[in-house]
Amino acid sequence: LFSQAPRMFAQSCWNSASPVLLLLVLLGCVLSPPAQASKSSEDIRCKCICPPYRNISGHIYNKNVSQKDCNCLHVVEPMPVPGNDVEAYCLLCECKYEERSTTTIKVIIIIYLSVVGALLLYMAFLVLVDPLIRKPDPYTQPLHNEEDSEDTRSLAAVPTPAGARANTVLERVEGAQQRWKRQVQEQRKTVFDRHKMLS
Amino acid sequence: MDQKGYRRGSFQSATSDEDMLEITAASVDFPMADDDPPLDREMGGFSSYNGGGMNGTSTMMDFLEEPLPGVGTYEDFNTIDWVREKSRDRDRHREITNRSKESTWALLHSVSDAFSGWLLMLLIGLLAGSLAGLIDISAHWMTDLKEGVCLAGFWFNHEHCCWKSNTTFTDRDKCPEWKSWSQLILGHGEGAFAYILNYLMYVIWALMFSLLAVLLVKGFAPYACGSGIPEIKTILSGFIIRGYLGKWTLVIKTITLVLAVSSGLSLGKEGPLVHVACCCGNILCHLFTKYRKNEAKRREVLSAAAAAGVSVAFGAPIGGVLFSLEEVSYYFPLKTLWRSFFAALVAAFTLRSINPFGNSRLVLFYVEFHMPWHLLELVPFILLGIFGGLWGAFFIRSNIAWCRRRKTTRLGKYPVLEVFVVTAITAILAFPNEYTRMSTSELISELFNDCGILDSSQLCEYVNDFNSTKGDDLPDRAAGPGVYTAMWQLALALIMKVFITIFTFGMKVPSGLFIPSMAVGAIAGRLLGVAMEQLAFYHHDWAIFSGWCSQGADCITPGLYAMVGAAACLGGVTRMTVSLVVIMFELTGGLEYIVPLMAAAMTSKWVADAIGREGIYDAHIRLNGYPFLEAKEEFSHKTRAMDVMRPRKNDPPLTVITQDSMTVEDVETIVTKTTYSGYPVVVSRTSQRLVGFVLRRDLIISIENARKKQDGVVSTSVICFTDYCPPLPPSSPSVLKLRSILDLSPFTVTDETPMEIVVDIFRKLGLRQCLVTHNGKLLGIITKKDVLKHIAQMANQDPNSILFN
Repeated sequence: LFSQAPRMFAQSCWNSASPVLLLLVLLGCVLSPPAQASKSSEDIRCKCICPPYRNISGHIYNKNVSQKDCNCLHVVEPMPVPGNDVEAYCLLCECKYEERSTTTIKVIIIIYLSVVGALLLYMAFLVLVDPLIRKPDPYTQPLHNEEDSEDTRSLAAVPTPAGARANTVLERVEGAQQRWKRQVQEQRKTVFDRHKMLS
Repeated sequence: MDQKGYRRGSFQSATSDEDMLEITAASVDFPMADDDPPLDREMGGFSSYNGGGMNGTSTMMDFLEEPLPGVGTYEDFNTIDWVREKSRDRDRHREITNRSKESTWALLHSVSDAFSGWLLMLLIGLLAGSLAGLIDISAHWMTDLKEGVCLAGFWFNHEHCCWKSNTTFTDRDKCPEWKSWSQLILGHGEGAFAYILNYLMYVIWALMFSLLAVLLVKGFAPYACGSGIPEIKTILSGFIIRGYLGKWTLVIKTITLVLAVSSGLSLGKEGPLVHVACCCGNILCHLFTKYRKNEAKRREVLSAAAAAGVSVAFGAPIGGVLFSLEEVSYYFPLKTLWRSFFAALVAAFTLRSINPFGNSRLVLFYVEFHMPWHLLELVPFILLGIFGGLWGAFFIRSNIAWCRRRKTTRLGKYPVLEVFVVTAITAILAFPNEYTRMSTSELISELFNDCGILDSSQLCEYVNDFNSTKGDDLPDRAAGPGVYTAMWQLALALIMKVFITIFTFGMKVPSGLFIPSMAVGAIAGRLLGVAMEQLAFYHHDWAIFSGWCSQGADCITPGLYAMVGAAACLGGVTRMTVSLVVIMFELTGGLEYIVPLMAAAMTSKWVADAIGREGIYDAHIRLNGYPFLEAKEEFSHKTRAMDVMRPRKNDPPLTVITQDSMTVEDVETIVTKTTYSGYPVVVSRTSQRLVGFVLRRDLIISIENARKKQDGVVSTSVICFTDYCPPLPPSSPSVLKLRSILDLSPFTVTDETPMEIVVDIFRKLGLRQCLVTHNGKLLGIITKKDVLKHIAQMANQDPNSILFN
């Protein structure tokens, strides 16, 4: 049991097609910027908004201070009111400590757009280019059949020469892709045509 | 590899190292198999644990000792056998514990086995949190993309673009770096032409996003549409839907959820986030043997993943666990409680570290006010509860009617066109009104917000008297003209949201319900709150107000009314109880508001239950005909097992297999002629005494394997289910022994057992079928589908609507 675990692990990692690799890359990219990014000075600030007070107009003060220093006394400079009014003025001001990570935002948006772009390209490939490349052969016939359990069995029973097990990467990828296409078609029939699920 | 194996249609896999495994027929591992339909996987193999847990003491000399790949697995759209799965897990655990005394290696293995659950929860939390962070940041950016673009870097949304700009106090809401589309194209943002251009760009972007979403769903993962919670409830109760929690569904759901939310449609992302988290859970289960091979253990992990999903949606870990317990899960052992909490916490912390909202908050509408409320305000709170219940019942009825129409008429044949039309209508109606143009989360956040002195939004345009203000504590003030405008705009927004959500929920894009319901409730609550506030201001000398609301005091907080309204509407639709209150008070961060929230939630649940028994998710389960045995309802009719069992009086007798007198050909005939998922095994046809129960799938796989591998097994071979087969003349072909696939302990009830008890047994034990005996002899069988049909019949519903097996 235990000796098979690493092999199983390797198999499962290999078997995971591009989506899971994509996920892991995503996970890594998403988690690493917050960890590594040194906070650039423009990404943290303390923002104090002070409303109009007597004859002084409203003003906004920004300063790059740490969170414990984020209050009216440290940020509002120069203080527009004389010393004895400072407390009353400061009670009106609202100070907030804000931080953000621009690298995270940039990385995530770029990842997202690239995934959408890749999916669009793949969809265009499947719809336009694939039917032209792929000559109609027995392996694609079942795509058009309704009840194809018999066909997959007979298809599956097509004998290949015992020695020539074409294990090339291309064959494997093609096999996986065919299987996936069939699966999506089944799902599409269940959800969109027969309305059996997810109405 | 395994793909080649599928192609060739045998369970011989293609690679050389797996060939060696093949001889012992031990665990041939196809971890992707969960996504693959059984047509392909039938021959491909799927490992099961030792002996199927039923009888490990079989001594089959001329047959393989280890179980065949394929035995002990389930077809798509079938129910699992909880009892068998749990006993298999116990057997496995016993074996590991026994072996752990032998060597250090085995001891380490047992320790790692115990820790695998926690490691899995950690990974699920990390992945769910990161995906939620990705979804939040992208959705924010794309929502703002409909209105304009940031010149300082196109990846910034409006708020982040304006972060750095130096503005003065008077125009603190404007910033030059953010350009709306008319400013970008025309050069200026004023005027009728600019407005029309903005309008046009808004509608075009909305249509583009939603069309892209529905095309991606249709093209790559049709299971990614809808909310996902009804299907996850069914899966957690023991149903198998292959591919529903797969990799492609996860990727497509994540991507299209962002697109659907950004297109301005009246839907939320909380329900789909639960689906995303469960997909993460299912995918990560494949890394651990313990969870990959056992369907019951896997469902425990999925319960925890659902908790993590709600936790990142609302920033409420405890609420997430309670939601999973109350709404989503079927069996929730206490061990799962602690692990779910761990997963929910890890997910919440991961999301926080990604920091989508720039101020360490998890949710956009986190409120921080702690104003006290008065006991007399319970009256309007209860009114809000009644509104919530009425709206919930109305929404459920109309949404189910619309979905039924979509399912049965020609409307369902044009999903892409439907999405296009609904998005067009939503965008065209939403743009003119400022409160529908902004994203629903922002709307809720603004409605929950208590007006401070620095708020410059239209809703906070009260008549201020600066000389009398003492610090930040604003008294109740008269409403300015801005507030009146906001009121009627909000009323229009309410009407629009109430009606458009009915047509939006259930479309072929990922759609959630929580945010639109909360928006409807928040709008209603805020309207009522402002009305109360003005009433208290203008009539502070009335008896009901004079006691506690003197002039100049701050007594009524419209933001609180909005919150209570949101809770009431959400409770009316989903019929959540404890989890709703906990989520809402985790959102607000204050324990002061538990009583109003509970009052509203309870009232709305009672009112809604008086009108219709089911929540929205149960109603969708019933609409789709999923075989979900409701655990909360009582079965109170006086029928007995003999009324429900099959065969009925006029049916042909029960199809049985005898223990040692049928040939392979006979059994194959039975299996091909009938479509039952299992057959009882009796001693002989005359005595009808029960031996056990055998599943169809196991029979098919075993017989085919025997025909191929075993010498001498032909159509006239006798199949023997006993330990000691009867001696046969030497010229007869060799015997096929199938004792290992026989379940020797099937559940039986007598024919006089009341159906109440039978339903209870099915619920509590998670059975698929139950045999009925009379005076010790086998009489018939009751399956879960029969039970569901019977319950439907008793409730005067259509028993033929139970579709699945």
